[in-house]
Amino acid sequence: MKWKDIIYQYDGSFDGLLCCIFESYTQREYPTAIYCGEEDEWSLFETRLVLTDAAHAQRVGRSLRKLSPDVLPLLRRCFLTCLPDKELAIYRFVAKLYREGPSYLTRLSDDAYQPLLRAVRAMSAEVEHLRGFVRFSDYGGLLGAEIAPKNRVLPLLRGHFCARCHAETFFLYDRTHREALLYANGRSRIVPLEDFRPAPPDAEETAYRQLWRRFYDTIAIRERENPGLRMSRMPKRYWAQMTELQHDGDALPPKP
Amino acid sequence: MELLEKLTILADAAKYDAACTSSGARRGPRAGMVGCTSSSVAGCCHSYSADGRCVTLLKVLLSNDCSYECSYCVNRRSNDTPRATFEPRELAELTIGFYRRNYVEGLFLSSAVLVSPDRTTERMIEALRILREEFCFNGYVHAKAIPGTSPELVTRLGLLADRLSVNIELPSEASLRALAPNKTRHAILAPMRQIRDEAAESQQELVKHRCAPRFAPAGQATQLIVGASGESDRHILNLTESLYTRYRLRRVFYSAYVPVVENTLLPALDTKPPLLREHRLYQADWLLRFYGFRASELLDESQPDFDPRLDPKCCWALRHPEFFPVEVNRADYETLLRVPGMGVVSAKRILVARRTGPLHADDLKKLGVVMKRAQYFLTCSGRLATPLRLSGAAVLAGLLALERATAPQSVYEQLSLFA
Repeated sequence: MKWKDIIYQYDGSFDGLLCCIFESYTQREYPTAIYCGEEDEWSLFETRLVLTDAAHAQRVGRSLRKLSPDVLPLLRRCFLTCLPDKELAIYRFVAKLYREGPSYLTRLSDDAYQPLLRAVRAMSAEVEHLRGFVRFSDYGGLLGAEIAPKNRVLPLLRGHFCARCHAETFFLYDRTHREALLYANGRSRIVPLEDFRPAPPDAEETAYRQLWRRFYDTIAIRERENPGLRMSRMPKRYWAQMTELQHDGDALPPKP
Repeated sequence: MELLEKLTILADAAKYDAACTSSGARRGPRAGMVGCTSSSVAGCCHSYSADGRCVTLLKVLLSNDCSYECSYCVNRRSNDTPRATFEPRELAELTIGFYRRNYVEGLFLSSAVLVSPDRTTERMIEALRILREEFCFNGYVHAKAIPGTSPELVTRLGLLADRLSVNIELPSEASLRALAPNKTRHAILAPMRQIRDEAAESQQELVKHRCAPRFAPAGQATQLIVGASGESDRHILNLTESLYTRYRLRRVFYSAYVPVVENTLLPALDTKPPLLREHRLYQADWLLRFYGFRASELLDESQPDFDPRLDPKCCWALRHPEFFPVEVNRADYETLLRVPGMGVVSAKRILVARRTGPLHADDLKKLGVVMKRAQYFLTCSGRLATPLRLSGAAVLAGLLALERATAPQSVYEQLSLFA
C-alpha cells in the first residue's frame, strides 16, 4: 500500500516531534511538512494536528536508544538549531536510520545525515562563541546579560554559566527566542520572557565598562591591525551586545 | 595615579606578549570560591582585539619600571615612557571585577624587573596571594617567571598560578649577548628546568594524595621574538622541537618583532612586522604538535627558511612525490594527516565514514576536507581526484593560485619573472 502524503502540526516540543514520527509509522503516512503552532497556509495536502502523548514519545525514544545511545542526544541538540525545516530533516534522518540500521550512523556524508551534523556543529560554534562573548552587567549585586543568538542556545549555556557564576545570582536573556535563563542559590530555570529592558548602569558598573573598553583598545597592536581577521573570529552579529564595541564617548582619544 | 591611567600604561606595556590562552587547567566550581577553570579544556576566548588576536586574560604588567636595558623592549631603563606600578590589592580587585562580568577568564601577570628579579616576584606573589586567598579566586592565572629569580620564589609562584612561562625572547645566545645584556641563556633555562621538574613531581604527588598542592597544573609556555635578530626559521623550529621534547612545554609562542626602538643592531623603525613569517612558524608548530612531523623533515640545510608562498605542509608534500597519492579508503590515520588540506578532524571523520562503504571525492568535501588542496594528493578507490595526473610543476602552480587570494600582496611583488 502506498503511504499517504500529509502535513503534521504539533505543539513545538521535542516529545511532540517524536509523536509525529510515531503517528507517521502507525498511520502509514508520509509527512511532506511538519510545523509547529497554527500556520494558516492553504495547502493541497491534508493537515492534521498531532497531540503529544508521553507514552508514544517514549516508545519512539526507546526504539532509537536501541539503535544507538548517541541518537537521542544528537536529535535533541539538532532540535535546538535554526536549521530550516528542522522537523522534516529530523524525520527524514530517523526514517532512514530505521531503514538502514545502526551502521547508518557512520555514514557521515549521507544527504539525510550531513545537514543535521552541520547544523549541530554550527550551533556548537555559537555556544563556544557565546561562552566568551556574553557580557554581564552588575545591577546592584544581580548580574544580567542579553544575547541574540541564531540557535536556541540557553539550554546549552546553562551548565557553563551555572558553574562559572555558581556563587552569583544572574539572568541571561535571549532576545531572539524571547526566553531567559534565571539562576539563584544553585537552582536554574529557563522561562519565556516577552521583553526585557536593562536598567541604567550605576557608577561602579560604568567605571568597570570604561576600564574594560580602555583595556580592549590598548591591548591591540596598531602595526598589526587586521579588521578581517577580527571579523572572522568574532562575527559582527555579536558586537551589539559586547561592551567593548559600544562606544559611549569614553573611548581613547584618537592617537596622533 | 588613577586606576584607568595605570591600566592604560600597563596593558600597553604588556601587549607584545603573544601568549593569551586559558587552556590546560581543569578545576570545577567549589563552594565559597569565585569561578572555575573547567569551562573547556581548550580555553575560552572572550574577545578579539583590532589586530585579530584573542583576548582571554587580563593581560597586564605589574610594573613597567624596569632596571634592565634590553634593546628590543619598550620598557627598557633608558626609554622615555610613562611608568606605573599596580598595588597588589588594586590588581586583584580589578581581576575579580572583570571576571564576574565575563570579560576575562583570569589574569595574565607579567612584570618588568622592578629593582631585582626577586623583589619583583615577591610583589607578584603578593598580588596572586590576595587574589587566591582573600578573594577566593578559582579562575585561571598565568604568571611569568622572571629569569634570575631564586628557586624558592618560583616554587611559591607556581603554587598560585595555573601556568608559568619564562620568555626566551631571543632564540640564540649570541643575540641575547648583543641585545639583552642583563639576561643569559643559563638564567632563562634554569627556571624552565625547575618548573618542568616540580610540575612532574606535583603530578606524582597528586596520584598519591588527591589534595596535594598543584604546581602549575597547566604546564609552562614560552615566547620567541621573530625577526629582531638574524636566526633562520630552521634554527627557531629546532629550538621549538627541543623545548617540546626536553622541557615538556605546552606551547611555544612566536611574536613578530614590531620595531619600537631605534637601534643599529635592530631592524629599522619603518620595518613592517614579519607577520607572514610568524604565521608560517605557527603552521609548522601545529605540524610538530598534532600532525606527527619532525622539525628536520620540514626544514634542512639546503632550505633553512620557509617558503613564503606556500604553507609548510604543502612544501613538504611537493618535496616528497613518492609519498603520494594516498588512497583515502585504505591509508592509516598518520598517513592521512600528511595530506595537505586534511586536518585532525577530517582525518578522524574519514576513519569513521569509510567503515560502511568506500568514499568518493564528493564525500570528502562534506567531511570537511579542503579539496582544493587535497585533490592533487589523493585517490578515492584508485581514482584520482583530479581529472588529469599532473606534474609537480603543475601542482605547484595550482597551489600557488589558491594561496595568492589570501596571502599579502607584497610576497608576490618580490617575485621576479625570470628567477
